[in-house]
Amino acid sequence: MTRQLFEKRQQPHGTFANILLIFLSILLALIVGAGLIAMAGVGPIEAYRALFYGAFGRVYGLVDTLVKGTPLLLAGLGLAIAFKASVWNVGAEGQIYMGALAAVWVGLNVSGVPTWIHLPLALLAGAIGGGLWALIPGLLKAYLKVNEVIVSLMLNYIAILFVSWLVHGPMEEPGGFMPQTPRVAKTAQLPLLFPPTRLHAGVLVALGATLLVYFMLFHTSLGYRIRAVGANPKAARFGGIEVERSIVLVMFLSGTLAGLAGANEVLGIHYRLLDGISPGYGFTAMVVALLGKLHPLGVVAASYLFASLTVGADMMQKIVHVPIALSRVIQGLVVLCVLGTDILLMYDFVPLRRSRQEPAGESVGEET
Amino acid sequence: MAPILCMKGITKRFPGVLANDHIDLEVEEGEIHALLGENGAGKTTLMNILYGLYQLQEGEIYFQGRPIRVSSPHEAISLGIGMVHQHFMLIPVFTVTDNIILGLKSPRGLILDTEQAAQRILELSKQYGLDVDPKAYVWQLSVGLQQRVEIVKALYRGAKLLILDEPTSVLTPQETRELFGILRSLAQQGTSIIFISHKLNEVMAISDRTTVLRDGRVVDTVLTKETTPSQLARMMVGREVILQVERPPAQRGEPALVVENLRALNDKGLPALAGLSLQVHRGEILGIAGVDGNGQSELAEVLTGLRKATSGRILVKGQDLCNRSPATFIRAGVACVPQDRKQTGSIAEFSLAENVILGSHEDPPFARHGVLNWNAITGYANRLIKDFDVRTPSADIKAKSLSGGNLQKLILAREVSRAHDILIAVQPTRGLDVGAIEFVYHRLLRERQRGTAILLISTELDEVLSLSDRIAVIYEGRIVGEMAAEDAVVEEIGLLMAGVTRDSSHTFETMQEQAG
Repeated sequence: MTRQLFEKRQQPHGTFANILLIFLSILLALIVGAGLIAMAGVGPIEAYRALFYGAFGRVYGLVDTLVKGTPLLLAGLGLAIAFKASVWNVGAEGQIYMGALAAVWVGLNVSGVPTWIHLPLALLAGAIGGGLWALIPGLLKAYLKVNEVIVSLMLNYIAILFVSWLVHGPMEEPGGFMPQTPRVAKTAQLPLLFPPTRLHAGVLVALGATLLVYFMLFHTSLGYRIRAVGANPKAARFGGIEVERSIVLVMFLSGTLAGLAGANEVLGIHYRLLDGISPGYGFTAMVVALLGKLHPLGVVAASYLFASLTVGADMMQKIVHVPIALSRVIQGLVVLCVLGTDILLMYDFVPLRRSRQEPAGESVGEET
Repeated sequence: MAPILCMKGITKRFPGVLANDHIDLEVEEGEIHALLGENGAGKTTLMNILYGLYQLQEGEIYFQGRPIRVSSPHEAISLGIGMVHQHFMLIPVFTVTDNIILGLKSPRGLILDTEQAAQRILELSKQYGLDVDPKAYVWQLSVGLQQRVEIVKALYRGAKLLILDEPTSVLTPQETRELFGILRSLAQQGTSIIFISHKLNEVMAISDRTTVLRDGRVVDTVLTKETTPSQLARMMVGREVILQVERPPAQRGEPALVVENLRALNDKGLPALAGLSLQVHRGEILGIAGVDGNGQSELAEVLTGLRKATSGRILVKGQDLCNRSPATFIRAGVACVPQDRKQTGSIAEFSLAENVILGSHEDPPFARHGVLNWNAITGYANRLIKDFDVRTPSADIKAKSLSGGNLQKLILAREVSRAHDILIAVQPTRGLDVGAIEFVYHRLLRERQRGTAILLISTELDEVLSLSDRIAVIYEGRIVGEMAAEDAVVEEIGLLMAGVTRDSSHTFETMQEQAG
């Protein structure tokens, strides 16, 4: 018989091993990516230096990473809540557009109020816009057993095209040449934190939302219900939890955060509604939520990691002429490695464990 | 007649379970041999070994006089062993013929010869009175007909021995009678049949011989015509008395749970409860005895709000809660130790602390204004773990890493530690070791002393006999007899469990007449 290298564990490894493994997986992805970059005829170290410099090395890049990571974080948090409840919301993109629409509407049509009323109102409108849009698949799933994946996916296109029609027609800026609405009132705009950089207060909104979601999931009975429904709906029902109502609520909350991501884009960057306000944030956010292991803090790390790869890729292209497509490949590799090595948490590496049992080999680190 | 199949000393272990323990089984040619036993007795494991789905660890199998080693269903089929599973393996959008020849080599190489196959299917169908149309699409067929397609499929592949795993569980009584006719015709023409079941009347009606399994062992093999249903029932459920329970006299109070004329359907949409009525008083244990699958699970589900009743009343302390939500039942003081502790009773991915507040996760002191108080929760969990002797390193580990006995103690702890007047315990000791069983018995009796009304639903007759103050027997969704524990006669309970009541004729005999 062949000697077994891995053996199934009774209990999966703990949090520390989990985090270590994630870092090792990212490293693995970068190493594989280095091979691909080399095949494209560029020195990998040079390329990665450019990537790192692009994302973190200059104020502009750092700000860009934060600005691009923020909508991913907001939408990713929403998806993490949904996925934790085993509700497969794939409609964040559409919810972002509907949130953006609602926020802009408030930004355009409410006037004569101070910022401290107008801005929160616009953000709230964005959240509710996204939430209501997500209610459609939520209600259909909970009460008519309609598959939420299909409904929420299809609603994406409806929302995107609906917004497109609005900015080409009813909401188009009078006398303008571009398919876009007028600028929202100054009082509804997210203030810049360090002008002249683009860094706006949306990043604070997102971090605040992270803390709220964390608290909600792990320190409230609502979070308990959501996690119970996701982990075992049968037992949840037995424990008096109304599964249908929880599904509807989860969808609404999930859409709320995506809507907030949409509001964040229109109130913090464009100051108006226009075509293509989201370059697929709602889809990338799914990957971000999974990469963050559906944990709010993990989602923070994953969203800014993804943003930095996107921003850094620009610089990589400018300095060493590595095609942007390659950076998407590296993003894909990161996801593949992090999720793929997950299975290792369920196993013990046998040679390592054997030596650990001997008194001399107590230090595990030496063995690798 | 020579035995077509001879299984000797078959042993199969799964982690933690001895599923088959030196089982001997002999089937004659042209015989209908019933394999009788409760769920988990080892019937399906034994047949899966014969069909090549599991590998045996000890023992020998002889088929048509030759020793065989079956390593896959494919091999079993080529030897002449066919199996009809509980869940059919048919493709709905294919025709009967397509389904039957699926996976077989066509005699004409790459070209399918469905015409010839259809012809052969028609012949088989006529020969055994199966009435299967080879051109029909499977989705058009009733469940009973689909089952016959499975039978034809096995015969088409040259089955000499046909295994039917609980074939009647999906059938209506009419379809069951038709199936029995087919089985007789098959047996008369030389096919041997192994009929897996836990329904006594069917076994009595159809089989030549019966082998009873219990806890992975053969209790006995008997000639069916020389036995009685109550004898079989006794063999099925008679776990040796391993515990003598000290039962102080009951302090019987007013009725706390009154069920009137309850009706409900099972998951397949067939009637599971057919006008069931019962009463449980404070301070007593009412034990429901019965063979598995006579509506016990459905009864527990309806009584906790998990399943909708089609009619009837459930009075909890005088208030009708029929078809109200599980939360309503919990709030009204109905606690329940469910049958399935892993799927229903607990959340595997939750910690023990999170599991002990399931059902009271909205209530103080665990939650105030929707915010969880982890100190209170962990403190409470630690107390229950200590009081109920749950063996665990801490309250933070996940429920999935607890053993069955410890998990059951945790669930029992949770259910009896919150405000309640009624406790429903379903199979509370299934799969537990003696120590854990004793603990559960002890706790149930303590609950009784506290004045809780306890409904004990168990297929372990000895458990019901030793714990209950009154015993009710459930059969086909109804209570067919009730008696005080001191008046209970095992033989009489056995008869009631088999569906034989004092005033009605023997059900199995009527069935025999109708089928034969």
